[in-house]
Amino acid sequence: MNAREEILSRIRTSLADVVQPDPALDVPNPWVYGQPTAMPDILERFVDMTVDYKADVRRVPSDQVAGLIKDMLLGVGVGSVVLPSGLDAGWRQAIAEAGITIHDDDPQLSRAELNGIDAVVTASAVSIAETGTIVLDHAADQGRRALTLVPDTHLCVVRADQVVSDVPEAVGRLAEAVTNGNPLTWISGPSATSDIELSRVEGVHGPRTLLVILAE
Amino acid sequence: MTTTEPMRRTPAPPSGTFLGMPTFPTNAKAQLNNTQMRKNLRNATTTIRAKRAKVVGEVENWEELRLAGAAIKDRTMRHLDSYLVLLEESLTKAGATVHWARDAAEANQIVVGLVKAKGVDEVVKVKSMATQEIELNEALEEAGVAAWETDLAELIVQLGHDRPSHILVPAIHRNRAEVREIFLREMHLYGTAAPEGLTDEPAVLAGAARTHLREKFLRAKVAVSGANFAIAETGTLVVVESEGNGRMCLTLPETLISVVGIEKVLPTIADLEVFMQLLPRSSTGERMNPYTSMWTGVTPGDGPQEVHVVLIDNGRTRVLADPDGRYALRCIRCSACLNICPVYERVGGHAYGSVYPGPIGAVLNPQLRGIESDIDKSLPFASTLCGACFDVCPVRIPIPDMLVHLRHKVADKKRQGLHLEPTIMTGAQWAFGDHKHFEFMESMAAVAAKVMKKDYLGPMPWPASPWTRARDLPMPPTESFRSWWKRTRGEGK
Repeated sequence: MNAREEILSRIRTSLADVVQPDPALDVPNPWVYGQPTAMPDILERFVDMTVDYKADVRRVPSDQVAGLIKDMLLGVGVGSVVLPSGLDAGWRQAIAEAGITIHDDDPQLSRAELNGIDAVVTASAVSIAETGTIVLDHAADQGRRALTLVPDTHLCVVRADQVVSDVPEAVGRLAEAVTNGNPLTWISGPSATSDIELSRVEGVHGPRTLLVILAE
Repeated sequence: MTTTEPMRRTPAPPSGTFLGMPTFPTNAKAQLNNTQMRKNLRNATTTIRAKRAKVVGEVENWEELRLAGAAIKDRTMRHLDSYLVLLEESLTKAGATVHWARDAAEANQIVVGLVKAKGVDEVVKVKSMATQEIELNEALEEAGVAAWETDLAELIVQLGHDRPSHILVPAIHRNRAEVREIFLREMHLYGTAAPEGLTDEPAVLAGAARTHLREKFLRAKVAVSGANFAIAETGTLVVVESEGNGRMCLTLPETLISVVGIEKVLPTIADLEVFMQLLPRSSTGERMNPYTSMWTGVTPGDGPQEVHVVLIDNGRTRVLADPDGRYALRCIRCSACLNICPVYERVGGHAYGSVYPGPIGAVLNPQLRGIESDIDKSLPFASTLCGACFDVCPVRIPIPDMLVHLRHKVADKKRQGLHLEPTIMTGAQWAFGDHKHFEFMESMAAVAAKVMKKDYLGPMPWPASPWTRARDLPMPPTESFRSWWKRTRGEGK
């Protein structure tokens, strides 16, 4: 018997006491999936929770996003950025006008090249107010996973209509991207660790600076 | 290192095996003498307990979430064969290669074979309990492959020639000053040295780890990970982490090998809405952990283009076979039960003789490995049965009930030979079975108390030594209640 057959056979022997073949009838689960969590102001909660992780978060009208991207990048001393191919053309233009060197990921940049770039600017897929989490589904306006990982600063734009109350609503919205085979990256604040004496320290391997623009 | 030892590529772990360890009380006694470790643990567990309590308190439907988590896990475990077959099908469709391993040796053989086939002599690793359990790093080392741990705490353990002592924070027994010493002493032997003037500020130490590991991330061709969850319907694997070392390993190398225990499977993506609330709040006491990665086989143009998943049994089907013991397979390795446990807080993780310490280790190890070794026979007794572990468990594992269940099993096994405990129980049966016998025992105790003139009985010679070694026994009174009653009230009053 090969390993697969043997393990499956061991499982079936171990589960001799289970007689109901339908898993849902065998173990009922009263949980109701996909429910929102009630809160007074979803956007305000999202900002509060993201700030709590020491991210720099700004709320602006949509038409001011391009200018703010430029200001925030210059504010942390960024000299070069990598931009995903599907990024908003207006944002790209504002970055170029600021005199910041733009790198494109076409053809794909090597790891060493990415390591030499200061920042990345992306859109996002879904955000979660209750936990201050931004989820990337790595569509064309976010780029492949390495882009938002290797550079030390990540500026991420979140649209107000992409913010949901809590994890259940977010998982509901993301299910399609997963089914399509997209990878997901959930980001809650900058890279951090609690490994030394369980006190939280920001800044390990991922981007140490997380800048967030909430566009309304 | 002496000259007779063969050259190693990675820091050598301490000698000896977990299964060769003595019983829990013996280990505990040795660990209790380590006052530095006790202080470190008290600080760390006090911090994390407060953080957890705060963020769990924020969730109004926490109990409903716990019930849902338990139900989803039970449902999956009770139909594990069909969910595993579905997972395999989804993974294969998504471009991953699925391997099955009956035990640790087979899993190691598969991973070593895959790594050697890529012609590399090093891999980067995401923190993974499954690979710790099968001792993969040593198997790779023997095959001439260096396995670099990239989680900060795992790095501290690896560079410190140490063993993990906690599920989530394996270096919880080390304080910042000790970490600094380890980095200064070891980092330069295995790559980028610690910077000059390294202080013991956690932020500075984390910075040293970033620099030390960056060159390894940038050149690694193969990564090895575990998975927190594996979604059957889509073939999606999930890694929950903090530092970004996981993202580095899961994204940058060309080949990714994930070693996944068969109990990690969840039926659907939707189930993540329950576990992505339960896990971060229970483990690090955060509303959400900094990073979570989800990937489904191979994504063209993004991340590793060769993806392997090794599904391991290694005792899990044995746990599954006991209807009163299989609850242990609900465990999502959050470590809340360790952080709350008064026994763990005092003795630390090393005394449990496994990569799974604390209350969950006390119920999991004897089931995964069987109650053959001294350490596994003693683990169900490594608890005061206070019940705090059940209260904090996000998937409601009835650890205290299971400890009692396993104690019965150990006692049944002992009964097969000639042992002290059953003999004492027979004696107790005699003494309590008849009031005349009981009064006789009382009068003997009173005589002993008069002769010895002490307040407490300390350690006593064998056969009482195993029990009295760790306990002070109050002296029996010089006069029993029954004789006092007779003397002061008289017969028939």
